Amino acid sequence: MRTRTSARVGQYAALLAYLLFLALPLLWLLSTAFKPPRELGSLHPAWIPEDPTLANFRQAFEEQPLLRAALNSLLAAAGAAVVAVLVATPMAYVMARHRTRLARAATGWVVVSQAFPFVLVIIPLFLVLKNLRLIDSLPGLVLVYVVWALPFALWMLAGYVRAVPTELEEAAAVDGAGRLRTLVSVTGPLLAPGIVATALFAFVTAWNEFFFALVLLKTPEKQTLPVILTHFLGAEGVADLGPLAAAAFLATLPSLVVFALIQRRITGGLLTGAVKS
Amino acid sequence: MTAVTEARHTAKSPPGRGRPRRGARRGAWFLVLPALLPILVLSVGPLLHGVLLAFTDAQSGRTEPTRWIGGLNFTDLARDTLFWESFRIGLVWAVGVTVPQFLLALGLALLLNQDLRLRWLARALAIVPWAMPEVVVGIMWRLVYNPDAGILNETLRDLGLGDGRDWLSGLGTALPAVIVVGVWAGMPQTTVALLAGLQNTPRELHEAAALDGAGAWRRFRTVTWPALRPVALAITALNFIWNVNAFALVYVLTNGGPGGRTRLPMLFAYEEAFRYGQFGYAAAMGCVMVAVISVLLALFLAGRLKGGDGA
Repeated sequence: MRTRTSARVGQYAALLAYLLFLALPLLWLLSTAFKPPRELGSLHPAWIPEDPTLANFRQAFEEQPLLRAALNSLLAAAGAAVVAVLVATPMAYVMARHRTRLARAATGWVVVSQAFPFVLVIIPLFLVLKNLRLIDSLPGLVLVYVVWALPFALWMLAGYVRAVPTELEEAAAVDGAGRLRTLVSVTGPLLAPGIVATALFAFVTAWNEFFFALVLLKTPEKQTLPVILTHFLGAEGVADLGPLAAAAFLATLPSLVVFALIQRRITGGLLTGAVKS
Repeated sequence: MTAVTEARHTAKSPPGRGRPRRGARRGAWFLVLPALLPILVLSVGPLLHGVLLAFTDAQSGRTEPTRWIGGLNFTDLARDTLFWESFRIGLVWAVGVTVPQFLLALGLALLLNQDLRLRWLARALAIVPWAMPEVVVGIMWRLVYNPDAGILNETLRDLGLGDGRDWLSGLGTALPAVIVVGVWAGMPQTTVALLAGLQNTPRELHEAAALDGAGAWRRFRTVTWPALRPVALAITALNFIWNVNAFALVYVLTNGGPGGRTRLPMLFAYEEAFRYGQFGYAAAMGCVMVAVISVLLALFLAGRLKGGDGA
């Protein structure tokens, strides 16, 4: 019995260490965001602000075009999510239902595409978008995000399609429904939750993305939130810590909310994708 | 990932499932095209174009036409000590993040699979680093590491462990400091994936093994690990690739400094391409990275597959 107790103690100690490792940086970000300048300059920083203030948030909005950037991020992420799901769903269906050479090639591509160094892709992409006059524009960024989100979207969606029993489709066919009719009125509704989860996942990835946005967007009014955030860092790494923390905290909220909604579905989708494809 | 599990699928799936019906192939093209076109134009195309660019003297904003220069970029690259230094740093970083991340995540997944109080809190918290923009993760840790106003040095002072230092600017401390952030950022995702894999292991097997008197380590080796291997293998390979291609986190934390000590290959290539406009040269770097990743992954997968057959 004694070994059991000591094992339990060890387990809880490990769990506690993990929780602290996860939580402390987050709490520090929050604490910094609400500290007045006097406390930020203090040589003995404290966890809890003595005199909490919202001034950093106001200052953050004054220093950088945060609202504009948030709107840009929203447009890019929502656009990418909607387009990615629209084009990926039919292809995912084919990948899941027909083990043709094409489907296998597509599945292989999903895996291979994860291994690209972005730099090898971004230079030609930069040139292509420049020729299309889509550099420094949100539609250009959306295009890139769509392609970038496609591998995982296909992967997740194919997993969801496989979860829909073929018997249902066959039954509909027996009842005389055409192929398209079956897809739209039988498979579609069953896939809806999976499609929503995939779209939200694409949304979060695009909302958080930095590298492509950094390379493709040059005008400050067109830049997305992650790019604007780096402007707070200033030259030589000298930063106004309070507004920086405040802005960083705000930029995280939307993806956090979305992610909390879909986290279970993502793990499920990825796993079915991994085990069954 | 797919190749590994392909065999399992075909072996397990009931006969007749997923068999193409008549006319399906013609319909398939129509369904596949909307996704295939953007992939070809904006993904496959640029990739091939990128490989071609590596053999040219392409530069940004130059008026003269681009010339084919054969392997010149690659011979230059072979002599570029800065590149090889960044390459070495990139490998230290990728291994330094992937290995501890996997080991810690495995331990945690086993822990969270137990009946523990506060387990829900660990799972809820794990979402945060996963969902956070990498830029924000970098900013957050800069606040933690800040030499004056950061909590790390203050804590060390409180514990009487020295006067603290400027972690991200120290020649010796910058890379380890950045690696810690990499582990922090990716560990929850790995943990959740492994945990999901663990929960797919049938409980009866564990119980049977326990009844047979197998100890914890033996049960892990004979029951847990074989079931977990496909997921563990996939997530580790993916993590490694992601880490080799890492950019945003380190760009925000140190921008490659101090003195290039954290200049990962991606940061180096980014500067070469978009600061100095050397498109051809940067593309050659990309090619070297692809080649090395492919070889390492092939070795890794081959080794793991062989190891698995023996067990």
